[in-house]
Amino acid sequence: MATKIVSNPLDRSNLGEIQTDVVHIPEPLELSCGMRLLDHVLCVETYGQLNINKSNAVLVCHALTGNHHAAGWHVGDKKPGWWDNVIGPGKSIDTDQFFVVSPSNIGTCHGSTGPLSINPKTNAAWGPNFPKLQISDWTASQRMLMDHYKIKCWAAVIGGSLGGMQAMHWSITYPDRLLSAVVIASAMKLSAQNIAFNEIARRAIKADPNFHHGHYQEKNKKPLQGLALARMIGHVTYLSDLSMAEKFGRELLNGNFLGEKGESIEFKIESYLNYQGDKFAHGFDANSYILLTKMLDYFDLGSEYNKQPSVAFEVASCKFLVLTFSSDWRFPPERSREITKALITAGRDVTHAEISSSQGHDAFLLPNSRYQKVLSTFLNRIVKNVNC
Amino acid sequence: MDKILNSILPWIRSNSRVLDLACGDGSLLGNLQKIHQVNGYGLEIDERSIIECIKKGINVIEQDLDTGLSNFSDNCFDSIIMAQAIQEMRHPHLLLDEMLRVGRECIITFPNFGHWSARCQLFFLGKMPVTRQLSYQWYETPNIHFFTYRDFKMLCDAQKIRILHCDCIAETYPDIYLKKMFPNLFTQTAVFHLSL
Repeated sequence: MATKIVSNPLDRSNLGEIQTDVVHIPEPLELSCGMRLLDHVLCVETYGQLNINKSNAVLVCHALTGNHHAAGWHVGDKKPGWWDNVIGPGKSIDTDQFFVVSPSNIGTCHGSTGPLSINPKTNAAWGPNFPKLQISDWTASQRMLMDHYKIKCWAAVIGGSLGGMQAMHWSITYPDRLLSAVVIASAMKLSAQNIAFNEIARRAIKADPNFHHGHYQEKNKKPLQGLALARMIGHVTYLSDLSMAEKFGRELLNGNFLGEKGESIEFKIESYLNYQGDKFAHGFDANSYILLTKMLDYFDLGSEYNKQPSVAFEVASCKFLVLTFSSDWRFPPERSREITKALITAGRDVTHAEISSSQGHDAFLLPNSRYQKVLSTFLNRIVKNVNC
Repeated sequence: MDKILNSILPWIRSNSRVLDLACGDGSLLGNLQKIHQVNGYGLEIDERSIIECIKKGINVIEQDLDTGLSNFSDNCFDSIIMAQAIQEMRHPHLLLDEMLRVGRECIITFPNFGHWSARCQLFFLGKMPVTRQLSYQWYETPNIHFFTYRDFKMLCDAQKIRILHCDCIAETYPDIYLKKMFPNLFTQTAVFHLSL
């Protein structure tokens, strides 16, 4: 039986129990691939109160495997939302000040329209035939969501990793619809190494005998092994050598090196990775994973601007905050420096901070006092602009 | 800092692009934005100063100046400013070259080690000077290069850098009267406006 989370009413930093809204967007969405979704559904969580002017709204953009549950608790959960360290009363994205909107984007697998949804034309699940997506399709859908809440201008669009790419895309696609963009641990395009890791993950999924070219649902199967392997590869790239050494080292969970016969040896890191892989495989959809990693691979901010991101950013008018973490090797500090360089060349307002951390790419999800201080100071400044 | 601001104000054009190296809490850039509406960016490495800049709404970039300015393209700023920090840099002459590559003009201010009070402390007391401009003890000072007004002029000559203007700041008497005649002896803070 699920245990109910009893949040302490005195704990002001806790959002407590959160409900998920299912927002139906009735207008058709023209996709970058040329296809069209006649209508679509977005699962959304909101935190805080929208003010009378509707000027204090913040859009939180999730990363590759994220979803709408960014903060607070669901009944029965052992952990709060994925960005609860940052979102809440008195936290960096302060829900006493902001109305935070956190959708699951299309193509994902947690309730919003995606490969698991029914294709109205065939009355069967989309599966591998779900339209190929680009980041512009996500921001277009989020733009429609804005109308649902009657928000004219976001105070901030904020995201880490793939979320940061959405924030940058917002700034050049709907420049008059946001006051600030917060781009954390992100990049203007993936490197060959990034794409390589994604392709290894996709091949792991496709090689699973239960994948059936993506038609596993019809056969009542799930490519759990492939998906777990894909996640294990991804997970390693989100950590750093140092953070793995600190957390696991060479500690053994089972067995020893004394040479006793029949004793199998298991390192802690092996058990951890296997557990994470299996947990993910049961909670995520393989077609979604392939779709989303392709979307990451194809993103190139400057592609429509003569391959010059600085020309792209000339279109933008919002203020930018660019944050990066020292030990992140999936989206290393150099990628963020490139973003800032392009922004400066374009003459845009930008603040850039490099946060010292041993946590690798995952650092943007984890507590870090300097990271949280820089973010909250920047957003406090935005609040002042919104309120005056 | 007010005197420095007054010195450099006439050298900065309205709406120009300005890069302030070691911008501290962003006060100087903030004033330049208010007075000249500059498109300004500050580079800073100190975490507390960075927070102060963000509070003021100053564009601040976290960067270690000892790693150079290779992330900036040639002539992408009208003016590059470095106030009271060049004596803390590992390679001041190389940074000076970099500043003149990235900016069309540059403005450098520094405490003059040739000031008479510093000379007296070294000569009569035989100890490293601690003055208003050089306010640290030798063991805790961030200043790793000590040089005078004259030294800096000689460096500009050697590197074929044009001195567009030069201002000598002195805030106490008799220095205020004598700085024009004997700048190396009575300048407390030197302000140079340079270009190639």
